[in-house]
Amino acid sequence: MPETKHGDKFIVPIGPQHPALKEPGHFEFTVDGETVTGASVRLGFVHRGIEKAAEERTYIQDLYLLERICGICSHVHAMAFALGVEKLAGVTVPERAQAIRVLVAEMERIHSHLLWLGVAAHEAGFDTLFMYAWRDREKVMDLLEQLCGNRVNYSINVLGGVKEDVNDVIRDGILSAMDYLETRTVLYLKLVTTERTLIGRTRGIGIMEKQTAARLGTVGPTARASGLERDIRLEAPYAAYLQYPARIVTEQTGDLEARFIVRVKELYESFRLIRGILSTLPGGELTTKMPRRIPEGETISRVEAPRGELFYYIKSNGSDKPDRVKVRTPSINNFASVMATAVGHKLADIPMILSGIDPCFSCNDRMVSIRGSEGQQAVDWEELRLYGIEYYR
Amino acid sequence: MDLPKAWEAALVDLKTWARINSPWAIHFNSGSCNGCDIEILATLTPRYDLERLGIKLQGSPRHADVLICTGPVTRQARERLIRTYEQMPDPKFVVAVGSCGITGGAFEGCYNVANGVDKVIPVDVYIPGCPPRPEAIIFGVSQLLQSLQPPKKAKNRNAIVTNPITGSTPKKGVGE
Repeated sequence: MPETKHGDKFIVPIGPQHPALKEPGHFEFTVDGETVTGASVRLGFVHRGIEKAAEERTYIQDLYLLERICGICSHVHAMAFALGVEKLAGVTVPERAQAIRVLVAEMERIHSHLLWLGVAAHEAGFDTLFMYAWRDREKVMDLLEQLCGNRVNYSINVLGGVKEDVNDVIRDGILSAMDYLETRTVLYLKLVTTERTLIGRTRGIGIMEKQTAARLGTVGPTARASGLERDIRLEAPYAAYLQYPARIVTEQTGDLEARFIVRVKELYESFRLIRGILSTLPGGELTTKMPRRIPEGETISRVEAPRGELFYYIKSNGSDKPDRVKVRTPSINNFASVMATAVGHKLADIPMILSGIDPCFSCNDRMVSIRGSEGQQAVDWEELRLYGIEYYR
Repeated sequence: MDLPKAWEAALVDLKTWARINSPWAIHFNSGSCNGCDIEILATLTPRYDLERLGIKLQGSPRHADVLICTGPVTRQARERLIRTYEQMPDPKFVVAVGSCGITGGAFEGCYNVANGVDKVIPVDVYIPGCPPRPEAIIFGVSQLLQSLQPPKKAKNRNAIVTNPITGSTPKKGVGE
């Protein structure tokens, strides 16, 4: 994190409570006139200690706790945890359950991308698109509610499968909604590529080169907009993504417009996947028997959240509670790119650049160790402890 | 400025009327999972359209009547929540949204949370749910507004108030 220099420079503090931020985060931008010359961020307002709490609860309770790390991409959190625990237990989940998991994950991607499209358009001052996108998002929310019983924290995963089945009524509902949303997406793609007022805020703003994106370790649509081909659905297919492969969407320019285009084009990809799953939904059971005590061992599980790669590390000690759960969310990977690209831009562009990575603060607020480009910064526990004592002294 | 008592009472009535019909709300996230915040935002969008009821979500605590607070209140956000609450002008009302805003919910017992908004600031209305539906949030806020309605004295007033111009008394039932 860059040090903010308190000199003759003017520092604009933003947050943690700020109209542009729906979630708390504190930013300090050093400005020279209107131009940003330095940026720093302080996170942690949403740190709740979930990883520690997960150690004190059983695997089944953890499923519901970890789902509440993030209210936007709740399904992928639960899915990543369930996939990891199932791997530890050596349980094979029925094909139908895997397909339904992917179905919900893709529907969640649609809702998340539409939500982002609205919020980003709102930051650009284009409130009409905000209202349009959120109105269409309600279609997906209805479907998710119909399928899972809740609008936000779906809780469709259980260890060893899924809870709810897709019947004909729900299938027809989803298919007709996909047709409607596809026609709307045509409009959105046209808007983000031709609407002059929006292009003025996005084209050529916040450009991140491919090398920079790779160096900063960006993931998900942010990386794909810079031409990096990173998608866990393809690199390490999980659940039913082997049977229903996703196609990667990339753009080369790396500016805000590219991030708009990548996310809107990914909507098409999700529509295609959902149609594919619903037309060839495998039959069979929804769940399989899970042992209550998970055998000793450790595993990782990676899934592609709407914002990028979501990583879970789970260590079991043979009891019904995990020994350690470590979560690495995509937003924290992408945050460095904001701080890097913000410098040199006008202050008015900052909210756009910030929302360009689709930040999710509630996902962010966990501790990480960062490896620099100069090589790995090895910090052992003792050093970390001493650092903490010194820091708070 | 000295006002006649009747005028003062009328001014209070006017303020209450304006407050109930057009409350300005501020949203504060004290460590929620985002679910409630998205649902609060969803109440502003075309399907629910809260603004048609005169409720406006608005940025500065200094302009707000209602504090809509989500989340179990983390230690970091605690100070900010108190500061935001203190910056609001009186009278102010707090709505706690979501299970974790009420008791801590899923995060109850985590080392970093205060287990509910009412542990930190006084709360007027609780909206349960994880997260509550947008309809529930609208219902909760409207419950708050109903509780602000002055006690029914309309009948008495009808009985004694005479129109100063015509000198007539209003018919029973009119204006209720």
